[in-house]
Amino acid sequence: MTKNIYSNRLPVVQQLREANELSEYPKTVSDKRIILIDKTIAAYGYRRDALLEKLHVAQNIYGYLEKKILLHISEKLKIPPSQVYGVATFYNYFKLKKPGSHAITFCLGTACYVKGAEEILSAVEREFNVKRGETSADGKISIFVTRCVGACAMAPNVIIDDEMIGKATKETVLDKIRSLL
Amino acid sequence: MKPEEIQKIAEIEHDMRMAYKYRIKVCCSSGCIPFGAQKLLKAFEDAVKELGLQNVCKVARTGCVGTCSVAPVVLIDPGNHLYQNVKPEDAKRIVQEHVVNGRILEEFVYKNEAYFSKQYRLVLRNAGKIDPLRIEDYISVGGYSALAKALTQMTPEQVIYEVTVSGLRGRGGAGFPTGQKWNFVAKSTAKPKYVVANLDEGDPGVFANRTLAEADPHAIIEGMTIAAYAVGAEKGYIYIRSEYPLAIQTLKKAIEQAKSYGLIGDNILGSTFNFDIELRLGAGAFVAGEETAILSSIEGLRATPRPRPPYPAVSGLWGKPTLINNVETLANVPLIILNGGAWFSKIGTPKCTGTKCFSLTGKVRNPGLIEVPMGITLKEVVYEIGGGVPEGRKFKAVLVGGPSGGCLPESMLSLPIDYESLTQAGAIMGSGGIVVIDDESCIVDTARFFIDFCMDESCGKCVPCRAGLPKVREILDKIMVGEGTEEDLKVLEELSYLIKDASLCGLGQTAPNPVLTTLNYFKKEYLSHILDGKCPAGKCNIKRMEVVKK
Repeated sequence: MTKNIYSNRLPVVQQLREANELSEYPKTVSDKRIILIDKTIAAYGYRRDALLEKLHVAQNIYGYLEKKILLHISEKLKIPPSQVYGVATFYNYFKLKKPGSHAITFCLGTACYVKGAEEILSAVEREFNVKRGETSADGKISIFVTRCVGACAMAPNVIIDDEMIGKATKETVLDKIRSLL
Repeated sequence: MKPEEIQKIAEIEHDMRMAYKYRIKVCCSSGCIPFGAQKLLKAFEDAVKELGLQNVCKVARTGCVGTCSVAPVVLIDPGNHLYQNVKPEDAKRIVQEHVVNGRILEEFVYKNEAYFSKQYRLVLRNAGKIDPLRIEDYISVGGYSALAKALTQMTPEQVIYEVTVSGLRGRGGAGFPTGQKWNFVAKSTAKPKYVVANLDEGDPGVFANRTLAEADPHAIIEGMTIAAYAVGAEKGYIYIRSEYPLAIQTLKKAIEQAKSYGLIGDNILGSTFNFDIELRLGAGAFVAGEETAILSSIEGLRATPRPRPPYPAVSGLWGKPTLINNVETLANVPLIILNGGAWFSKIGTPKCTGTKCFSLTGKVRNPGLIEVPMGITLKEVVYEIGGGVPEGRKFKAVLVGGPSGGCLPESMLSLPIDYESLTQAGAIMGSGGIVVIDDESCIVDTARFFIDFCMDESCGKCVPCRAGLPKVREILDKIMVGEGTEEDLKVLEELSYLIKDASLCGLGQTAPNPVLTTLNYFKKEYLSHILDGKCPAGKCNIKRMEVVKK
């Protein structure tokens, strides 16, 4: 267990924070959402092993994991920022960039791939000029790729803003996205 | 709660259920919800109210029936009539005809008998029978009586003995004997001990564990609690993928209910045994399902595997003895305790007992979730249960065992499904994915797809896996645009064996399987790309190939 090895380093991070850009973290809590995160941290008894749970909560609240949030969690849990950042970047589910207002997630699991998900994805990429993993210039849509949502019998699956479209075709997906814009 | 009370609840529940002449069950699993299952449930409730049948007819949700290709489905008891592709507007007509007039609506009836006749539902025994959100339903079908039996009539040694006799093997894919694993953990003297239930079903094309969690969460909790009693653990973690929101909700609720009934927590069923379960969410890392990587993830670290030995049974979570079992393995345990290990050992083959859940997908007529006895042949699964490939297309290969499984050709279809036979053929049992591909899919492209997946998901710890897989993909890319040479095939094979031999964990050790099996069984297709500049499936970019050839 990595306990306590790093805890004596934390003051350095604090100094750094005060010295430079890191100071953007709101010392006076103007952002109420951060209180919600603090509450979760407290609910888990400041346990460091529940880091993933906290990142999940933070992403649910903010939509993505901003640097200042990662730093805040790192400070609260007394885990070095490098480790928090390392964990946040390791897992695909965590988003470190602000997503567009509509999230379009393509399942590229085996079943969806065999049934032609790739063709639908390329069509969407072409039509809206957004690459997978990126957000359109106007910030309206983001395209994500996931590996299997586990609804393989209805492959191919596309998730548009939490709504799942099973047995998707190029037309249904394009129409659905057009209707959102 | 006392053991006798379980029996009492079961009786009351049974009477309550039987008070209704008709019971309408709407499948509300992830397979049916996108097709409007929740609206359908509401529509049936409204229809029953409208027709004033509240005292005759009960409407409830239930877990996955397995026929996901005709979603949403509705079951009507008595008689277990399965209605398919039901829309909310049909609800009233079905209630009117079936319940009031006693006439079965033929146009909605699911007619494919063969889909069910070859199946044997042990793990999914309650899927389609009970409401997964009610612990009382689970108790009414005999749930938690195995836990009561273990705690009141058996010693931990006897529990382990029964599991050993049953011949149950790990359903996560490796097939390690479960009894032996429990024994190792029980013998470790360090305290505290932990139990981890692995529900990180990351393999694309697999949804058996999710279905189990959505349909029968208490079977997992009961199995886990019995395991904890056997090995002497007081704390358990269920590690579940964050991509399964419904399964997470269902399990969360189930844990709360079990706690409020005193079936987990302190002094379970009046004994001195304490056990607590916590749910942990993954975050989209395939490697986190690996036995040691899952430990790192639960500890809040990057999910990288650890060298073994020491095995988790000796040094697992925070260096303490830890039992890690797949949820499907655990769901078998209550049955083994109730009916005895000897009963279980008669199902399947002598070396591979019991059943296995498979997600049957891809180009088959009846995709869905199936549970079959071990030893059944691939042919029976693909043709008899799956109904074969749709009209007009030709079967090409079946991918068994997920991204690190193998591609088996038609000639291998008589292979029985068990751990040894599959491994020998170059595939693996994996967590139970069977994907059928037809002549529209290119074999090289399929191999590349799997390598691409494993490359993405490689944690980066071992060089052969981290650096070798991109190299393999590069060669496959080259072949796909027609720039490959025969020499490349040799390098491909050599490299694959190197990655297999020199990687630490299961991901690296099995990642090259798709390449090796396709090279073995479908070399012709590779050669046709290389020598003739032609993709037999017409999938690869031929135009570009011709340019290259000129």
